[in-house]
Amino acid sequence: MRKVWDLVGGVHIPENKYQSVQNSIGTLPLPSQLVIPLNQHIGAPPKLLVAKGDKVLKGQPLAEPKGMVSVGVHAPTSGLISDISDHPIPHPSGMAARCITLIPDGDDRWIEHQGIDNFREHSSAALLEIIRSAGIAGLGGAGFPSAVKLNARQPISTLIINATECEPYITADDMLMRERPEDIVEGIKILSFILGEPDEILIGIENNKPKAYDALEPYLKGTNIELVEFETRYPSGGEKQLIQILTGKEVPHGGLPANIGIVCQNVGTTYAIQQAITRGEPLISRVTTVTGKACSTNRNYQTLIGTPISHLLEYNHFDQSECSRLVMGGPMMGFTLENPDIPVIKTTNCILAPNKTELPEPPLAQACIRCGMCAEACPASLLPQQLFWHAQSKNYDKLEAQNLFDCIECGACSYVCPSNIPLVQYYRASKGEMRKQAEEKIDSDRARQRFEFQQSRKEKEEAAKLAKREARKKAAEQARAKTASNSTSSKTTASDTAASSVDDIIKAAMARAEAKKASPKEQQAKLERGVARAENHLETVQQRLQLLEADASDKQREQALAAIEDARVRLVGAQTKLKDIKPTQVDDPKTKAVDTKVLMEKIQASPTDMLEKKISTLKERITVTEEKISAATEDSPEGAVLIAALQKGLDKQQTKLRDAEQQLSETPVDAPAEAVTPETQDAASAAIARAQAKAAAQANMSDEDKLRATIASLKTRLKKAQDRLTAIEAENSEDNSDKISALRTGVDKLQAKLTTAETELSEQTL
Amino acid sequence: MALLKLTSPHAHTTQDTGNVMQLVLLATTPGLLALTIFFGWGTLINICIASIVALGCEAGIMHLRKRPVMFYLRDYSALVTAVLLGLALPPLAPWWIAVVGTAFAIIIAKQLYGGLGYNPFNPAMIGYVVLLISFPVQMTAWPAPAPLYEAGTAVPGLWQSLQIVLPFLSPEAVTGTIDAFTAATPLDTVKHSTGLLMEQLYQKDPLFSQGNWAGLGWEWVNLGFLAGGCFLLYRKIFTWHAPVAMLVALTLCSALFYDGGSSTSHGSPLLHLLSGATMLGAFFIVTDPVTSATSNRGRLIYGALIGVLIFIIRSWGNYPDSVAFAVLLMNFAAPLIDNYTLPRTYGHQKSRRATEKKD
Repeated sequence: MRKVWDLVGGVHIPENKYQSVQNSIGTLPLPSQLVIPLNQHIGAPPKLLVAKGDKVLKGQPLAEPKGMVSVGVHAPTSGLISDISDHPIPHPSGMAARCITLIPDGDDRWIEHQGIDNFREHSSAALLEIIRSAGIAGLGGAGFPSAVKLNARQPISTLIINATECEPYITADDMLMRERPEDIVEGIKILSFILGEPDEILIGIENNKPKAYDALEPYLKGTNIELVEFETRYPSGGEKQLIQILTGKEVPHGGLPANIGIVCQNVGTTYAIQQAITRGEPLISRVTTVTGKACSTNRNYQTLIGTPISHLLEYNHFDQSECSRLVMGGPMMGFTLENPDIPVIKTTNCILAPNKTELPEPPLAQACIRCGMCAEACPASLLPQQLFWHAQSKNYDKLEAQNLFDCIECGACSYVCPSNIPLVQYYRASKGEMRKQAEEKIDSDRARQRFEFQQSRKEKEEAAKLAKREARKKAAEQARAKTASNSTSSKTTASDTAASSVDDIIKAAMARAEAKKASPKEQQAKLERGVARAENHLETVQQRLQLLEADASDKQREQALAAIEDARVRLVGAQTKLKDIKPTQVDDPKTKAVDTKVLMEKIQASPTDMLEKKISTLKERITVTEEKISAATEDSPEGAVLIAALQKGLDKQQTKLRDAEQQLSETPVDAPAEAVTPETQDAASAAIARAQAKAAAQANMSDEDKLRATIASLKTRLKKAQDRLTAIEAENSEDNSDKISALRTGVDKLQAKLTTAETELSEQTL
Repeated sequence: MALLKLTSPHAHTTQDTGNVMQLVLLATTPGLLALTIFFGWGTLINICIASIVALGCEAGIMHLRKRPVMFYLRDYSALVTAVLLGLALPPLAPWWIAVVGTAFAIIIAKQLYGGLGYNPFNPAMIGYVVLLISFPVQMTAWPAPAPLYEAGTAVPGLWQSLQIVLPFLSPEAVTGTIDAFTAATPLDTVKHSTGLLMEQLYQKDPLFSQGNWAGLGWEWVNLGFLAGGCFLLYRKIFTWHAPVAMLVALTLCSALFYDGGSSTSHGSPLLHLLSGATMLGAFFIVTDPVTSATSNRGRLIYGALIGVLIFIIRSWGNYPDSVAFAVLLMNFAAPLIDNYTLPRTYGHQKSRRATEKKD
């Protein structure tokens, strides 16, 4: 006799099993319709294969497994799919879910199917696929897809067949073992083969099923399957508890039996697997106990999946007025049904219709006196009285510390509680609340992480910018130094290194240019929009100025002029950018070569050259401004204001010029002759290259386009000026004479400009 | 179709809290019988007065709290408190002793804390200690056991006892007559005996010379409560952990300090086990589930520490007996013990602490 370990805790409950074992497993006539829920297992719902109006044969797949943890469903009999819609399903909440309604045609005609003669000739994977497609999910209660459970990643040393059926009233497994022991043993052999022949195969059975024990025993001779009997005590049939009773081992917290090399399968599931493999029949029916004193017949039936419970009750002379509640499952872990139209599913082992004395309404709960009977009954060694205490006060930290989540909700504590406290209900509610809180915590943690990441990213960016600025500053200084050494003496060794790195720089610049080309059209469009905007802005400002010329203070006029200047700068900037991008779009080797050449030139160009260029530009601008000032003086007395504005701009330009000249004079003299490191040289050159690439692109622009734009702009301005002039002349008042003359001069000037520009253009186009 | 909607489990035992309390009351019978045989009707009268007061107070408070009065009276918890206090009071103590003690126990120690299940301290022991501290004279006047009555006097009969306890029943003054019956208890005798070897004391004092192990009468009272406790253990009303731990701890302590019976000895283990309120405490007070530690490991610690405290206070304290003080002190400690004595849950490597925080 094999050693068995004691169940920790547990309770003796009146078994009430004798009522339903008086008759053999019966069959019922076909119901008028079958309602088959799509999802009868734990996991992903299967994919529907049929549509409303389809005719199906018995065993035909109605839905196929979708995803890893999924199984299909099959037609329990031949008939017509009359509806696919939401229907109440067996669930504690009484919720509705997608169901297929099948109207049996009465023929009960099978689809073509074939079993496997010798399963040993097939691979485990092939057998698992059969189990999966046969729609087999644990028949013991939870309905976990069997193929997933049998596909253990760890080596399995022990296979346990759960024949305990510890809940009172239920006798489905008991009767199955009594009547079909040979098939069950064959099924165990299949399981053993799939699992790679574990060392131990144990059938765990309570000592209240002597007939099932006797029925199984003869078929076990000559096999390594051991039938282990132990004391009847609820909840010995819980997977974790059975493992403890048979092996003395405990499934680690948060782990699976497979973690300790054990796989547990229910006898009903074992039988279904055997049917699927040796006969090719999918899971379309199961043994269900119909019991309770509200039914005058108590019996087990081979029930088609989808049979409405009302159909079962009807054939067992159910007296509704006697019935206190309708329970699917046993009195300890079953749930009440809202109405008897709910169908039988793969996990429905029992329909319990007790009368009012059998399971009376629960009395009012009294105070908890912490008597500890619940702790004595708890199979998980929890302290239910403490859990209750903390659940009442919603102290979730304490509940967690007291391992609430190790509670298997067997109900032993509630059963023994002398104060009739619905303990398990408290735990369920608390678990639900704690799960919700945990999810919320995850969400808020994620939000916090996101925020922190964003903050750190911003800081990094700031730091990088600062570093870049510093590097650029340094690079500029060192570049100056380099130029100094170049101009005064022969090339230093450092510049040799620099030269060699020029290639790298060009490559980098080219890479950047390439990257920019990624969406050249978008960029161009954007820039064009920018130009249009800038032009628009300029026009608006000019209009405002014209309006102001009539009756505005000097200050306002000054502001307006400044705004015009600003708008013009913006326009030029936008145009430059637009031109900048256009050549990069042309992606042929020739332009690339040109680009490279320009870049090379710019990089090699010394800062001195650049400064000189800058100075010359500034000088040109100063000249232009001076001309403007003189023109304004001639124009009119009001020109004084304009002059003031222009003078201001001139001053600025001159300051800039002075600065530039000073810089130029300092550069060759002050620069230290020390060697430049290649790194800083690289950085400096890169910075210069970037800046110069832009300038190069601009220089490379066709003047033609520029001129065209200028002409267009001039034309618009001219037209506006003329319009305005006409408008004022029409008024013909003496007060306006000054204005008119001013406007006329403006118009003349614009016309002159236009002519010049047009001439230039015609020259160029020629 | 109106079906009852309930979540599992649906089945339930027929036992309820009222049954548990009734069994406890039943289990006090042997001890009560011994008390009555040796010390007269006094205890029974105490219990009656205490019960009436307890039920009255409980009902009154429930009425004030707007709760269903009968529902709460049916749990018998008030009656248990009254009976336990009545058993602990000196027989023939004046009536107001039982009234004050019980009222304090029910109203203050029990109901003000929230009623059954929420009281941190054993109400009967609170009542007892309040009386002992407030009325030391009345509370230490124990009658002598019946066989020690001098010739010509007899144990007061029921009517006489009633007259003593309820003096307003008789027109002539009977106060003072109580003194005729009082005698030292065995624990008193041992505590106050100086200069005598234990052996000499046992021979000299009729309380011991006429008794078998631990003093005439007292030993039988304790054996009676032991029998009642065994009955409750058999009926699985409580687990063995707390009472056994307490008795073992008390035995070990007294054995450790028992030097074979010198004049400074604190008494033999047998004396400690079978005198005073040892057995009443072990099986009816220490096992009070509401105020004790919850886990079995916790109850072992809780019981053992009570045993140690009983011995310490008996030997070096001012009071000859100390079950009430020891129990109340450990009532304080019970929640703390609970925090550190969680059982190891299935699938866990080791037991956790109730104070643990996640992460």
